[in-house]
Amino acid sequence: MERIPILKMGGYLLVTIQVDMHDRLALTLQDDLTDRIVKTHAKGVLIDISSLEVVDSFIGRMLCNIAAMSKVLDAETVVVGMRPAVAITLVELGLSLKGVRTALNVEKGMIALEQSIKRRMPGNGRLGS
Amino acid sequence: MAVLAHEMLSLKSSEDVVLARQLVRKWAVDMGFSLVDQTKIVTAASELARNTVLHGGGGTMQIESLNDQDRRGLKLVFEDQGPGIPDVERALRDGFTTGGGLGLGLGGARRLSNDFDIQSCPGEGTRIHFTRWRS
Repeated sequence: MERIPILKMGGYLLVTIQVDMHDRLALTLQDDLTDRIVKTHAKGVLIDISSLEVVDSFIGRMLCNIAAMSKVLDAETVVVGMRPAVAITLVELGLSLKGVRTALNVEKGMIALEQSIKRRMPGNGRLGS
Repeated sequence: MAVLAHEMLSLKSSEDVVLARQLVRKWAVDMGFSLVDQTKIVTAASELARNTVLHGGGGTMQIESLNDQDRRGLKLVFEDQGPGIPDVERALRDGFTTGGGLGLGLGGARRLSNDFDIQSCPGEGTRIHFTRWRS
């Protein structure tokens, strides 16, 4: 069966969506990711959508679901690399991706992940306060 | 208003929704739409094609390139013989959903259009016209 690969990098999971996904493939990714978060105890998920030429309401819902599910499983999600034309269209479509953290590129996304994970660990990053 | 060219695609599965996106993208590129307009048209096509498959039980998409005096337009016609939409106004409202989605498909596609029209008869099917003119 066709699948989107999920890479493990340290405590993070990295997903680069490089194909035009049909709906079932998007649902499979959603299931696979939650599985992998539990199996690997990942603290963060980074989803790179820079190759996606279109994000419609179905893909948008998938991104919202992944962010919500990973949060429940004690992991943070950051979506990176959204194309400007996709962002313009999403807003016009009425989709605001509530609850989904975004960053401009993978590097900024990694920094955002590290920061939010640090913030959640008591004492870490706040030494002396 | 003249139809310069047209093409038909059958919509039966979620793979066909992907084909619809790719075909509409090709037409929008060939007709010289801007990147943002291409993205809007393809996104709307994706929403409407999915509706045809999920709610209409499958159907067709017709693509037309239009010439109206000085302007060029891309028109998409989605047709199915499904159960129809009992209350079109309600279906266009954001948040209305029967398919387990976000309920943005129909209203969202209308917002991405320049001209939009729904004809639906309960028990007979639905026909949706989406047009975007090149700016």
